[in-house]
Amino acid sequence: MGEKILMKGNEVIAEAALRAGCRHYFGYPITPQTEVAHYMARKMEEIGGTFVQAESEVAAINMVYGAASAGVRAMTSSSSPGISLKQEGISYAAGAELPLVVIDIVRCGPGLGGILPAQCDYFQMVKGGGHGDYHNIVLAPQGVQEMYELVVDAFNLADKYRNPVVVMGDGYMGQMMEAVEFRDEEKIERVAKPWAACGSEMKRPHNTITSIYIEADVLEAHVNHMYEKYREIERTEARVECFNCDGADVIIAAYGTCARVTRNVIKDAAKLGVKVGLIRPITLWPFPKAAFEKYAEVPKGFLTVEMSMGQMVEDIKLALNGRNHVSFYGRTGGNVPGQKDILGEVLKIARGEGGAEK
Amino acid sequence: MDHQIIFAGFGGQGILSMGRFIAHAGLHEGKHVSWLPSYGPEMRGGTANCNVIVSDEEVGSPIISAATALVVMNQPSLEKFESYVEPGGVIVLDSDLVPVRPAREDVRVFALPATKMAYDMGNATFAGVILLGKLLAETGVVRFDSFEAALKGILKPKKHYLIPQEMEALKAGAEY
Repeated sequence: MGEKILMKGNEVIAEAALRAGCRHYFGYPITPQTEVAHYMARKMEEIGGTFVQAESEVAAINMVYGAASAGVRAMTSSSSPGISLKQEGISYAAGAELPLVVIDIVRCGPGLGGILPAQCDYFQMVKGGGHGDYHNIVLAPQGVQEMYELVVDAFNLADKYRNPVVVMGDGYMGQMMEAVEFRDEEKIERVAKPWAACGSEMKRPHNTITSIYIEADVLEAHVNHMYEKYREIERTEARVECFNCDGADVIIAAYGTCARVTRNVIKDAAKLGVKVGLIRPITLWPFPKAAFEKYAEVPKGFLTVEMSMGQMVEDIKLALNGRNHVSFYGRTGGNVPGQKDILGEVLKIARGEGGAEK
Repeated sequence: MDHQIIFAGFGGQGILSMGRFIAHAGLHEGKHVSWLPSYGPEMRGGTANCNVIVSDEEVGSPIISAATALVVMNQPSLEKFESYVEPGGVIVLDSDLVPVRPAREDVRVFALPATKMAYDMGNATFAGVILLGKLLAETGVVRFDSFEAALKGILKPKKHYLIPQEMEALKAGAEY
């Protein structure tokens, strides 16, 4: 491990991608993630990689599709409205089983919305966004150090499963600076890509990258194959942090910036004699259901905190399957749930007065 | 110790840089730090602020809900953030730019004519560093030598000739 340096989240994302062997980046500027493109523009030239500022988000994701088809590690980044534009390409990449990485530094919507931080892209990244039966693997860092680690992991997971991987942070994650410690060498899991369309030299049959399967049975078999892969990912790749959960009165479920605010709430509540736990999904898909099953009997119930009108809360209710009460507290429009407001909700739940519903 | 400091003023006054110097200096001392800038619509309106946390413990929320100190360089920022300062906290302000004093009586207020002092030193851009001098003296958030290390780490080498003058300005603010 090297020394700790102070860096912006967005710049760490770009540096992490380069360290993970990404030499092909295609993007289009949008607040609050433009520093990713800035960093890539500067560094790709130095190291002989490819940086393209595409003419649109649609073009950028399709350039990533092309680069990934040739077997190289490729990435794009954007923020919510730009991600909406990329969804067609992401669906195609999932269908064509292409390993690629998409960064979404979420801002508030819908529509052009605003530029302030939000988590209201949960549905579009975790539940699809594009058409068809597919899943993205979705990773949700809670700070700058984890942005580094998860971006490196994203490239490994993409190659391992031949699937798009999304790293989803909010505007604050992208804009803030924290200390980051880069490893001397990243754990890069190289896999052979005999499927890649990178030139056969006439020594083997052509490889074809496609997501079109006209025959019903052929497409169904292909989707079934994808779902076998997804079941394996669900079995093996779910990640979660459970903090302070054993013996907790109330458990808060939150990811990203909301999880960070929750850490302060846990301290505030402890001073008032209420033990609060945190279940922090690190993978939003696969969703870490087992953690919720493990703590399903928490005496006073769950509180989900999000920078949205309530999106992840649906997965928590599914995971608990009616075994406990799930309250919800969210802010939107670029507002972040405040420490005191969350504490207020927790105390209501702890007193048995019930929390707000989604 | 857990320092939660809000820096606020107009864009162009170096508000974000002031916060960055403190975060950098804190990291130099092996502390846990975070620096969270405003980047939203208020920035488009010409104001800037940042939340800086320097702590012995891991930083939870990077968003400050109760500040241990506030450094302000314009009137609207004082009005906006005054209520964030916890009782016993510190407000450092540039009295040349903030004509109306804080209403709070349960905080320690340090009003410095930082802009005039900076002009007298021959460099108007030192106003921020002068205020930081007072912040360091009153809160002990970071040491002076750590601040100097942060300057060396952040400023481009061609600007390093300014560091002795910056340190003089820091000292002037501390001793005001």
